[in-house]
Amino acid sequence: MERTAIRRRLMWQVATVTDVRRETETARTIVLDVPDWPGHLAGQHLDVRLTAEDGYRASRSYSIASAWPGSDSGSTIELTVERLPDGEVSPYLVDVLKAGDPLEIRGPVGGWFVWKPEQEGPVQLIGGGSGVVPLRAMLRAHAAAGSTTPMRLLYSVRRPDAVIYVSDLKELAGSDDVDVRLVYTREAPAGEPRVGRIDAETIAQHAFKPADGATTYVCGPTPFVEAVADLLVAAGHDPAQVRTERFG
Amino acid sequence: MSPANDQANYLDGNAAAGALSELFAVDLTAATAQCNGCGKTAVFAEARVYVDAPGMVARCNGCEAVLLRVVSTPDNTYLDLRGLTYLRVPNP
Ligand SMILES: Cc1cc2nc3c(=O)[nH]c(=O)nc-3n(C[C@H](O)[C@H](O)[C@H](O)COP(=O)(O)OP(=O)(O)OC[C@H]3O[C@@H](n4cnc5c(N)ncnc54)[C@H](O)[C@@H]3O)c2cc1C
Ligand SMILES: [Zn+2]
Repeated sequence: MERTAIRRRLMWQVATVTDVRRETETARTIVLDVPDWPGHLAGQHLDVRLTAEDGYRASRSYSIASAWPGSDSGSTIELTVERLPDGEVSPYLVDVLKAGDPLEIRGPVGGWFVWKPEQEGPVQLIGGGSGVVPLRAMLRAHAAAGSTTPMRLLYSVRRPDAVIYVSDLKELAGSDDVDVRLVYTREAPAGEPRVGRIDAETIAQHAFKPADGATTYVCGPTPFVEAVADLLVAAGHDPAQVRTERFG
Repeated sequence: MSPANDQANYLDGNAAAGALSELFAVDLTAATAQCNGCGKTAVFAEARVYVDAPGMVARCNGCEAVLLRVVSTPDNTYLDLRGLTYLRVPNP
Protein backbone atom coordinates (compact mmCIF):
# COMPACT_ATOMS: atom_id res chain seq x y z
CA MET A 1 0.00 0.00 0.00
CA GLU A 2 2.88 2.34 0.79
CA ARG A 3 3.97 2.34 -2.79
CA THR A 4 0.72 3.93 -3.97
CA ALA A 5 2.05 7.05 -2.30
CA ILE A 6 4.91 7.23 -4.75
CA ARG A 7 4.23 10.01 -7.18
CA ARG A 8 4.32 8.77 -10.68
CA ARG A 9 2.53 9.19 -13.96
CA LEU A 10 0.60 6.15 -14.99
CA MET A 11 0.87 4.39 -18.30
CA TRP A 12 -1.05 1.55 -19.90
CA GLN A 13 0.31 -1.88 -19.11
CA VAL A 14 -0.56 -5.44 -20.00
CA ALA A 15 -2.11 -7.71 -17.38
CA THR A 16 -2.85 -11.41 -17.80
CA VAL A 17 -6.19 -13.02 -17.07
CA THR A 18 -5.57 -15.92 -14.71
CA ASP A 19 -9.14 -16.94 -14.01
CA VAL A 20 -12.75 -16.00 -14.75
CA ARG A 21 -15.68 -16.73 -12.48
CA ARG A 22 -19.36 -16.46 -13.18
CA GLU A 23 -21.26 -14.42 -10.58
CA THR A 24 -24.73 -14.14 -12.12
CA GLU A 25 -26.37 -14.61 -15.51
CA THR A 26 -24.88 -11.31 -16.63
CA ALA A 27 -21.88 -10.66 -14.41
CA ARG A 28 -18.46 -12.20 -14.24
CA THR A 29 -15.41 -11.76 -12.07
CA ILE A 30 -12.09 -11.52 -13.89
CA VAL A 31 -8.91 -12.33 -11.99
CA LEU A 32 -5.87 -10.48 -13.27
CA ASP A 33 -2.20 -10.88 -12.69
CA VAL A 34 -0.61 -7.46 -13.02
CA PRO A 35 3.17 -7.33 -13.17
CA ASP A 36 4.53 -5.16 -10.37
CA TRP A 37 1.11 -4.08 -9.05
CA PRO A 38 1.78 -1.23 -6.58
CA GLY A 39 -1.24 -2.08 -4.39
CA HIS A 40 -4.44 -0.08 -4.21
CA LEU A 41 -7.03 1.37 -1.86
CA ALA A 42 -10.51 -0.07 -1.48
CA GLY A 43 -12.76 1.83 -3.88
CA GLN A 44 -10.16 2.60 -6.52
CA HIS A 45 -10.68 1.54 -10.11
CA LEU A 46 -8.68 0.98 -13.25
CA ASP A 47 -9.27 1.62 -16.92
CA VAL A 48 -9.43 -1.24 -19.41
CA ARG A 49 -8.57 -0.62 -23.06
CA LEU A 50 -9.50 -2.84 -25.98
CA THR A 51 -7.88 -2.42 -29.37
CA ALA A 52 -9.51 -3.85 -32.51
CA GLU A 53 -7.49 -5.24 -35.39
CA ASP A 54 -8.06 -2.05 -37.36
CA GLY A 55 -6.63 -0.02 -34.49
CA TYR A 56 -9.96 1.24 -33.13
CA ARG A 57 -9.80 1.63 -29.38
CA ALA A 58 -12.35 1.77 -26.59
CA SER A 59 -11.65 2.22 -22.89
CA ARG A 60 -13.91 1.89 -19.84
CA SER A 61 -13.45 2.09 -16.08
CA TYR A 62 -13.87 -0.89 -13.74
CA SER A 63 -13.73 -0.89 -9.97
CA ILE A 64 -11.29 -3.17 -8.24
CA ALA A 65 -13.34 -5.79 -6.40
CA SER A 66 -10.59 -7.18 -4.20
CA ALA A 67 -9.13 -5.60 -1.10
CA TRP A 68 -5.52 -4.71 -0.63
CA PRO A 69 -3.80 -5.62 1.50
CA GLY A 70 -5.48 -8.88 2.24
CA SER A 71 -5.23 -12.56 1.82
CA ASP A 72 -8.26 -12.71 -0.45
CA SER A 73 -6.37 -11.58 -3.50
CA GLY A 74 -2.77 -12.62 -3.01
CA SER A 75 -0.74 -10.82 -5.64
CA THR A 76 -3.59 -10.60 -8.09
CA ILE A 77 -6.55 -8.26 -8.44
CA GLU A 78 -10.18 -8.89 -9.34
CA LEU A 79 -12.72 -6.98 -11.42
CA THR A 80 -16.41 -7.77 -11.73
CA VAL A 81 -18.10 -6.75 -14.95
CA GLU A 82 -21.80 -6.67 -15.72
CA ARG A 83 -22.73 -7.22 -19.37
CA LEU A 84 -24.86 -4.45 -20.86
CA PRO A 85 -27.02 -5.33 -23.83
CA ASP A 86 -25.45 -3.73 -26.92
CA GLY A 87 -22.51 -2.50 -24.88
CA GLU A 88 -19.23 -2.13 -26.70
CA VAL A 89 -16.78 -3.34 -24.06
CA SER A 90 -18.65 -5.28 -21.36
CA PRO A 91 -19.93 -8.15 -23.60
CA TYR A 92 -16.35 -8.87 -24.61
CA LEU A 93 -15.15 -8.88 -21.00
CA VAL A 94 -18.05 -11.04 -19.80
CA ASP A 95 -18.43 -13.49 -22.69
CA VAL A 96 -15.19 -13.66 -24.63
CA LEU A 97 -12.15 -12.97 -22.48
CA LYS A 98 -10.62 -16.14 -21.05
CA ALA A 99 -7.83 -17.30 -18.78
CA GLY A 100 -4.45 -16.75 -20.41
CA ASP A 101 -5.56 -13.70 -22.41
CA PRO A 102 -3.72 -10.39 -22.11
CA LEU A 103 -5.69 -7.30 -21.07
CA GLU A 104 -4.49 -3.72 -21.32
CA ILE A 105 -5.08 -1.73 -18.12
CA ARG A 106 -4.18 1.59 -16.48
CA GLY A 107 -4.41 1.91 -12.73
CA PRO A 108 -5.04 1.97 -9.87
CA VAL A 109 -6.69 5.39 -10.01
CA GLY A 110 -9.09 7.51 -7.99
CA GLY A 111 -8.40 8.93 -4.56
CA TRP A 112 -11.79 10.22 -3.47
CA PHE A 113 -14.18 7.27 -3.57
CA VAL A 114 -11.97 5.21 -1.26
CA TRP A 115 -12.20 3.88 2.27
CA LYS A 116 -9.12 3.55 4.44
CA PRO A 117 -9.20 1.40 7.59
CA GLU A 118 -7.71 4.25 9.63
CA GLN A 119 -10.58 6.55 8.66
CA GLU A 120 -12.80 7.58 11.58
CA GLY A 121 -16.49 6.91 11.97
CA PRO A 122 -19.07 4.43 10.77
CA VAL A 123 -19.41 3.61 7.10
CA GLN A 124 -22.61 3.39 5.12
CA LEU A 125 -22.36 1.70 1.73
CA ILE A 126 -25.23 2.00 -0.74
CA GLY A 127 -24.94 0.21 -4.08
CA GLY A 128 -27.16 -0.45 -7.06
CA GLY A 129 -26.44 -3.36 -9.42
CA SER A 130 -22.72 -3.56 -10.27
CA GLY A 131 -22.23 -0.51 -8.03
CA VAL A 132 -21.64 -3.05 -5.28
CA VAL A 133 -18.17 -3.83 -6.71
CA PRO A 134 -16.10 -1.07 -5.03
CA LEU A 135 -18.23 -1.46 -1.90
CA ARG A 136 -17.31 -5.14 -1.76
CA ALA A 137 -13.66 -4.08 -1.85
CA MET A 138 -14.37 -1.83 1.16
CA LEU A 139 -16.07 -4.71 3.02
CA ARG A 140 -13.11 -6.94 2.19
CA ALA A 141 -10.64 -4.29 3.35
CA HIS A 142 -12.65 -3.91 6.56
CA ALA A 143 -12.37 -7.66 7.19
CA ALA A 144 -8.72 -7.85 6.15
CA ALA A 145 -7.78 -5.02 8.50
CA GLY A 146 -9.81 -6.54 11.36
CA SER A 147 -11.60 -3.20 11.64
CA THR A 148 -14.38 -2.87 14.23
CA THR A 149 -15.77 0.28 12.63
CA PRO A 150 -19.47 -0.35 12.04
CA MET A 151 -20.09 -0.84 8.33
CA ARG A 152 -23.48 -1.25 6.67
CA LEU A 153 -24.36 -2.17 3.13
CA LEU A 154 -27.67 -1.37 1.48
CA TYR A 155 -27.64 -3.19 -1.84
CA SER A 156 -30.35 -2.65 -4.43
CA VAL A 157 -30.90 -5.47 -6.92
CA ARG A 158 -33.66 -6.37 -9.35
CA ARG A 159 -34.19 -9.93 -8.24
CA PRO A 160 -32.53 -12.59 -6.07
CA ASP A 161 -30.55 -14.14 -8.93
CA ALA A 162 -29.02 -10.75 -9.76
CA VAL A 163 -27.15 -10.52 -6.46
CA ILE A 164 -23.42 -10.40 -7.12
CA TYR A 165 -21.15 -12.03 -4.47
CA VAL A 166 -24.02 -13.82 -2.69
CA SER A 167 -21.97 -16.22 -0.58
CA ASP A 168 -19.26 -13.66 -0.04
CA LEU A 169 -21.69 -11.09 1.32
CA LYS A 170 -23.25 -13.66 3.61
CA GLU A 171 -19.85 -14.51 4.99
CA LEU A 172 -18.91 -10.86 5.49
CA ALA A 173 -22.27 -10.13 7.12
CA GLY A 174 -21.42 -12.79 9.71
CA SER A 175 -19.23 -10.22 11.45
CA ASP A 176 -20.76 -8.29 14.36
CA ASP A 177 -19.59 -5.04 12.86
CA VAL A 178 -21.11 -5.54 9.42
CA ASP A 179 -24.74 -5.37 8.40
CA VAL A 180 -25.89 -6.32 4.91
CA ARG A 181 -29.38 -5.41 3.74
CA LEU A 182 -30.74 -6.25 0.33
CA VAL A 183 -33.47 -4.24 -1.38
CA TYR A 184 -35.26 -5.96 -4.26
CA THR A 185 -36.75 -3.74 -6.94
CA ARG A 186 -38.62 -6.26 -9.11
CA GLU A 187 -38.85 -9.59 -7.41
CA ALA A 188 -38.04 -10.65 -3.87
CA PRO A 189 -37.25 -14.07 -2.42
CA ALA A 190 -39.80 -15.89 -0.27
CA GLY A 191 -40.14 -14.30 3.13
CA GLU A 192 -39.09 -10.86 1.93
CA PRO A 193 -42.35 -9.00 1.42
CA ARG A 194 -41.02 -5.70 0.21
CA VAL A 195 -40.43 -5.06 -3.48
CA GLY A 196 -39.45 -1.57 -4.53
CA ARG A 197 -36.69 0.97 -4.85
CA ILE A 198 -34.71 2.46 -2.04
CA ASP A 199 -36.87 5.29 -0.72
CA ALA A 200 -36.94 7.68 2.23
CA GLU A 201 -38.34 4.96 4.44
CA THR A 202 -35.63 2.44 3.54
CA ILE A 203 -33.00 5.05 4.31
CA ALA A 204 -34.65 5.97 7.62
CA GLN A 205 -34.92 2.32 8.60
CA HIS A 206 -31.62 0.85 7.55
CA ALA A 207 -29.01 3.56 7.07
CA PHE A 208 -27.04 5.31 9.79
CA LYS A 209 -28.73 8.43 11.12
CA PRO A 210 -27.34 11.86 10.26
CA ALA A 211 -26.15 12.19 13.90
CA ASP A 212 -24.08 8.99 13.64
CA GLY A 213 -21.46 10.85 11.62
CA ALA A 214 -21.08 8.12 9.05
CA THR A 215 -19.32 8.54 5.76
CA THR A 216 -21.64 7.29 3.04
CA TYR A 217 -20.49 5.82 -0.26
CA VAL A 218 -23.10 5.61 -3.02
CA CYS A 219 -22.31 3.79 -6.24
CA GLY A 220 -24.26 2.55 -9.24
CA PRO A 221 -25.95 3.76 -12.41
CA THR A 222 -26.09 7.58 -12.59
CA PRO A 223 -29.89 7.86 -12.00
CA PHE A 224 -29.60 5.56 -8.97
CA VAL A 225 -26.77 7.60 -7.48
CA GLU A 226 -28.65 10.88 -8.00
CA ALA A 227 -31.82 9.51 -6.42
CA VAL A 228 -30.07 8.07 -3.38
CA ALA A 229 -27.87 11.13 -2.82
CA ASP A 230 -30.98 13.35 -2.95
CA LEU A 231 -32.77 11.11 -0.43
CA LEU A 232 -29.80 11.23 1.93
CA VAL A 233 -29.55 15.01 1.81
CA ALA A 234 -33.33 15.34 2.23
CA ALA A 235 -33.05 13.11 5.31
CA GLY A 236 -30.59 15.54 6.84
CA HIS A 237 -27.26 13.94 5.94
CA ASP A 238 -24.37 16.33 5.44
CA PRO A 239 -23.63 16.42 1.68
CA ALA A 240 -19.92 16.65 2.50
CA GLN A 241 -20.15 13.20 4.11
CA VAL A 242 -21.77 11.62 1.06
CA ARG A 243 -19.35 10.35 -1.58
CA THR A 244 -20.69 9.23 -4.91
CA GLU A 245 -19.45 7.29 -7.91
CA ARG A 246 -21.49 7.17 -11.10
CA PHE A 247 -21.15 4.16 -13.36
CA GLY A 248 -23.10 5.74 -16.23
CA MET B 1 -29.50 18.75 -26.08
CA SER B 2 -27.95 20.83 -23.35
CA PRO B 3 -26.17 18.78 -20.73
CA ALA B 4 -28.34 20.36 -18.02
CA ASN B 5 -31.42 18.63 -19.45
CA ASP B 6 -29.75 15.35 -20.04
CA GLN B 7 -30.16 13.23 -16.95
CA ALA B 8 -27.96 10.25 -17.36
CA ASN B 9 -25.23 10.71 -19.93
CA TYR B 10 -22.65 12.00 -17.53
CA LEU B 11 -20.32 10.37 -15.07
CA ASP B 12 -18.37 12.08 -12.32
CA GLY B 13 -14.83 13.18 -11.65
CA ASN B 14 -13.86 9.63 -10.67
CA ALA B 15 -14.20 8.62 -14.31
CA ALA B 16 -11.50 11.12 -15.30
CA ALA B 17 -8.94 9.69 -12.89
CA GLY B 18 -7.25 7.43 -15.44
CA ALA B 19 -6.89 10.06 -18.16
CA LEU B 20 -5.58 12.62 -15.68
CA SER B 21 -3.12 10.13 -14.21
CA GLU B 22 -1.30 10.08 -17.53
CA LEU B 23 -0.72 13.81 -17.16
CA PHE B 24 -0.34 14.36 -13.43
CA ALA B 25 1.60 12.46 -10.83
CA VAL B 26 -0.91 13.27 -8.10
CA ASP B 27 -4.53 12.14 -7.94
CA LEU B 28 -6.71 15.06 -8.99
CA THR B 29 -10.08 13.47 -8.21
CA ALA B 30 -9.59 14.21 -4.51
CA ALA B 31 -8.34 17.75 -5.24
CA THR B 32 -10.49 20.74 -4.41
CA ALA B 33 -11.44 22.67 -7.51
CA GLN B 34 -12.84 26.19 -7.84
CA CYS B 35 -15.06 26.96 -10.81
CA ASN B 36 -14.08 30.10 -12.66
CA GLY B 37 -17.68 30.63 -13.72
CA CYS B 38 -19.68 30.63 -10.49
CA GLY B 39 -16.96 30.43 -7.87
CA LYS B 40 -18.23 27.15 -6.46
CA THR B 41 -15.61 25.13 -4.65
CA ALA B 42 -15.96 21.35 -4.68
CA VAL B 43 -13.99 18.16 -4.75
CA PHE B 44 -13.13 17.43 -8.38
CA ALA B 45 -14.74 13.98 -8.02
CA GLU B 46 -18.08 15.80 -7.86
CA ALA B 47 -17.73 17.43 -11.25
CA ARG B 48 -19.84 16.11 -14.12
CA VAL B 49 -17.72 14.27 -16.61
CA TYR B 50 -18.86 13.68 -20.18
CA VAL B 51 -16.92 11.07 -22.07
CA ASP B 52 -19.05 11.02 -25.22
CA ALA B 53 -17.69 14.31 -26.48
CA PRO B 54 -14.45 14.19 -28.45
CA GLY B 55 -12.18 13.60 -25.53
CA MET B 56 -13.34 14.20 -22.01
CA VAL B 57 -15.09 17.27 -20.61
CA ALA B 58 -15.59 18.03 -16.93
CA ARG B 59 -18.32 20.54 -16.04
CA CYS B 60 -19.10 22.35 -12.80
CA ASN B 61 -22.04 20.66 -11.07
CA GLY B 62 -23.22 24.08 -9.93
CA CYS B 63 -23.32 26.11 -13.14
CA GLU B 64 -22.43 23.58 -15.89
CA ALA B 65 -19.49 25.66 -17.10
CA VAL B 66 -16.60 23.69 -18.57
CA LEU B 67 -13.89 23.20 -15.94
CA LEU B 68 -11.46 21.05 -17.83
CA ARG B 69 -11.11 19.31 -21.16
CA VAL B 70 -8.72 16.51 -22.16
CA VAL B 71 -8.34 15.51 -25.81
CA SER B 72 -5.85 12.92 -26.97
CA THR B 73 -4.62 12.45 -30.51
CA PRO B 74 -2.15 9.71 -31.45
CA ASP B 75 0.72 12.16 -30.97
CA ASN B 76 -0.37 14.61 -28.30
CA THR B 77 -2.70 15.23 -25.41
CA TYR B 78 -4.38 18.63 -25.13
CA LEU B 79 -5.34 19.81 -21.70
CA ASP B 80 -7.62 22.83 -21.43
CA LEU B 81 -7.95 24.14 -17.87
CA ARG B 82 -9.55 27.49 -18.56
CA GLY B 83 -12.63 26.90 -16.41
CA LEU B 84 -10.71 26.41 -13.19
CA THR B 85 -9.61 29.20 -10.89
CA TYR B 86 -7.47 26.74 -8.97
CA LEU B 87 -6.95 23.13 -7.95
CA ARG B 88 -5.90 22.48 -4.36
CA VAL B 89 -3.96 19.29 -3.73
CA PRO B 90 -3.00 18.30 -0.18
CA ASN B 91 0.70 17.78 0.41
CA PRO B 92 1.55 14.22 1.37
C1 LIG C 1 -15.31 4.80 -12.07
C2 LIG C 1 -16.14 3.75 -12.75
C3 LIG C 1 -16.11 2.44 -12.27
C4 LIG C 1 -16.89 1.44 -12.90
N1 LIG C 1 -16.85 0.16 -12.38
C5 LIG C 1 -17.60 -0.80 -12.98
C6 LIG C 1 -17.58 -2.14 -12.46
O1 LIG C 1 -16.90 -2.44 -11.47
N2 LIG C 1 -18.34 -3.08 -13.09
C7 LIG C 1 -19.10 -2.77 -14.19
O2 LIG C 1 -19.74 -3.69 -14.74
N3 LIG C 1 -19.14 -1.52 -14.69
C8 LIG C 1 -18.40 -0.53 -14.12
N4 LIG C 1 -18.43 0.74 -14.64
C9 LIG C 1 -19.17 0.98 -15.90
C10 LIG C 1 -18.26 0.64 -17.08
O3 LIG C 1 -17.20 1.56 -17.12
C11 LIG C 1 -18.96 0.69 -18.45
O4 LIG C 1 -19.64 1.89 -18.57
C12 LIG C 1 -19.92 -0.45 -18.67
O5 LIG C 1 -19.23 -1.69 -18.57
C13 LIG C 1 -20.57 -0.34 -20.05
O6 LIG C 1 -19.62 -0.34 -21.04
P1 LIG C 1 -19.93 -0.93 -22.48
O7 LIG C 1 -18.80 -0.55 -23.37
O8 LIG C 1 -20.31 -2.35 -22.40
O9 LIG C 1 -21.23 -0.14 -22.91
P2 LIG C 1 -21.26 1.08 -23.92
O10 LIG C 1 -20.87 0.68 -25.29
O11 LIG C 1 -20.57 2.21 -23.26
O12 LIG C 1 -22.79 1.30 -23.96
C14 LIG C 1 -23.50 1.83 -22.92
C15 LIG C 1 -24.82 2.02 -23.58
O13 LIG C 1 -25.62 0.90 -23.29
C16 LIG C 1 -26.91 1.34 -23.05
N5 LIG C 1 -27.21 0.96 -21.70
C17 LIG C 1 -26.67 1.41 -20.58
N6 LIG C 1 -27.15 0.78 -19.52
C18 LIG C 1 -28.05 -0.11 -20.00
C19 LIG C 1 -28.89 -1.07 -19.39
N7 LIG C 1 -28.89 -1.25 -18.07
N8 LIG C 1 -29.68 -1.81 -20.19
C20 LIG C 1 -29.67 -1.62 -21.51
N9 LIG C 1 -28.90 -0.75 -22.13
C21 LIG C 1 -28.09 0.00 -21.39
C22 LIG C 1 -26.99 2.78 -23.23
O14 LIG C 1 -27.48 3.07 -24.52
C23 LIG C 1 -25.56 3.22 -23.09
O15 LIG C 1 -25.31 4.34 -23.89
C24 LIG C 1 -17.69 1.76 -14.02
C25 LIG C 1 -17.72 3.08 -14.49
C26 LIG C 1 -16.96 4.07 -13.86
C27 LIG C 1 -17.00 5.47 -14.40
ZN1 LIG D 1 -19.60 26.74 -11.67
